[in-house]
Amino acid sequence: MELFGLFNYWAFAIVLMTGFYAVITKGNLIKKLIGLSIFQSAVFLLYITMDKVDGGTAPIVQKGVTDQVFSNPLPQVLILTAIVVGISTTAMGLAIVVRIKECYGTIEEHEVQNLDRDS
Amino acid sequence: MNLTEHLPALQVVVPMLMAPLVVLMRIRGLPWAVATATSLMAFAIAVGLTDTVIDSYSATYEMGSWRAPYGIELHVTRFSALLLLIVTGASTLALVTGRQSIDAEIEHDRQPLFYAAWLLALAGFTGIVVTGDAFNIFVFMEIASLASYVLIAAGSDRRVLPAVFKYLIMGTIGATFYLIGVGLIYMMTGTLNLADMEARIHEVGELRPILVAAGFITLGLALKAAVFPLHAWLPLSYTYAPHIVTAFLAACSTKVALFVLLRFDFLVFQQNLSAHELQFTIFLMPLAVLAILIASGVAVFERNLKGLLAYSSLAQVGYILLGASLVSVPGLTAALMHMFNHALAKGALFLAVACLGMRFTQLNLVNLSGVARQMPWTMAAFVLAGLSLIGVPGTAGFISKWLLISAALQEGALGVALVAIIVVSSLMAVVYIWRVIELAYFGDPPESTRPVSEAPGWMLVGTWVAALMNIYYGVNPALPISLAGGAAASLLQHLP
Repeated sequence: MELFGLFNYWAFAIVLMTGFYAVITKGNLIKKLIGLSIFQSAVFLLYITMDKVDGGTAPIVQKGVTDQVFSNPLPQVLILTAIVVGISTTAMGLAIVVRIKECYGTIEEHEVQNLDRDS
Repeated sequence: MNLTEHLPALQVVVPMLMAPLVVLMRIRGLPWAVATATSLMAFAIAVGLTDTVIDSYSATYEMGSWRAPYGIELHVTRFSALLLLIVTGASTLALVTGRQSIDAEIEHDRQPLFYAAWLLALAGFTGIVVTGDAFNIFVFMEIASLASYVLIAAGSDRRVLPAVFKYLIMGTIGATFYLIGVGLIYMMTGTLNLADMEARIHEVGELRPILVAAGFITLGLALKAAVFPLHAWLPLSYTYAPHIVTAFLAACSTKVALFVLLRFDFLVFQQNLSAHELQFTIFLMPLAVLAILIASGVAVFERNLKGLLAYSSLAQVGYILLGASLVSVPGLTAALMHMFNHALAKGALFLAVACLGMRFTQLNLVNLSGVARQMPWTMAAFVLAGLSLIGVPGTAGFISKWLLISAALQEGALGVALVAIIVVSSLMAVVYIWRVIELAYFGDPPESTRPVSEAPGWMLVGTWVAALMNIYYGVNPALPISLAGGAAASLLQHLP
């Protein structure tokens, strides 16, 4: 089952493109940010998938157990960092949207553009 | 243990640790003083590192004494030293010069946060440059980007907000693409250390994921570097950012992204993917040429002074990329020299703009009519830096354009076409700089406005230091040339 074995990678590609599509097509700035978050989560899935070892468990060394197979802990650590980066980006984006709402009274991209063109 | 060994780590740690402290400083003027002192210290460390790499070629530092490739390794080469000088120099000069400009644009109670974001941006940029670890680059890139968003969003015009939102979206997409590429390489090689990666890709049988990774990483970094046609975030962000922020970011932010791009493409991918140098040339040279011609063309018709200079920056990214896409030692030397010289010219130009910004709220060209009579020193510095941007002999800009033309001429018939493009675009630079000069020197001041006075003396001093550096490095380019030449040779050492 080659196709099914790659299920996670298919999911990665589909989630990635779903998020990307939302970023590109949505005019609402909040929806754009939601799309961006989905886009970033897809990458988390890629990293988590690659660290899985068949039959592997959490990498904790136990006394007397020598034949334990561990999952690779490094990608998990990396993605923990990437999640923090993602949260900061989203928070920053939302803060900007709040200020756009204060200054323009709207969070629709084309309305903001129209207001700028008029002024 | 002497201090010199720790310089690569201190380069990043000093600004990063000072940033949260600056937030706590509420006494007027203190955040500026501390930020400037920190930036000055970072510059001193960069000079120390440059001294080290000129003597001993490169400096490495194992974070927490974990041996590479298991631990994070900091790796300073001549290429990094050149970038460190640009980043810390631009930051220091902008901070020293710009206190009054920042005071005028940012409310007093927000200033501690502003300077903290500035130091974080500085830590991020220097971090990208010194680290030898692919994931570490991602983290520092995001620190630098998030801090840049904050700095740009501090602009007073409301149009800065949609601009910075666009920058945030595009910058995050670029960083995420980079992350996907690094993930694919890690999947195939099991390493994140750049030097180790290069060796281990040899052992990988299936190269297709590496090829995909090369695509993702090049594209992601091209977004961050505002390579045409992925530049849409840059012009408006630079136009509406606070003037001093523009001076800092225009001098270094795109160049740091290009630094990572060149390092990945030349050190990691080049000798591992067959015909990668050809792909690199085929993809990037047309983009470079388009960037040069289109961005210069737009600059000729741009009505806002900062917008004009921002589009000119896009064209300069094109020059840097054009030199790199020749994939030869002279071409790369020219590209790296242009990074340095463009930072000098654009830094000085934007500092002069900050001086104008002290007296004008709107920097549309029509408002600046006849301004040279009222602000002669500012405009003289502008003209000097403008000449360097055009590439007039005797200025720094001439050196890199000359190197670029001689590198292109070694490429035969293609080279002649490229030289024609460089000459045409330099003429376009003459046109758009002349538009400003003509209005400022020969235009009549609008009658309705009251006369303005010259910019504050201290800002003029900083602007003139930047402008005169263009002359100094135009006459005496030994230092940047030795760094750029050494860096170019080491980037290409693996190619046949």
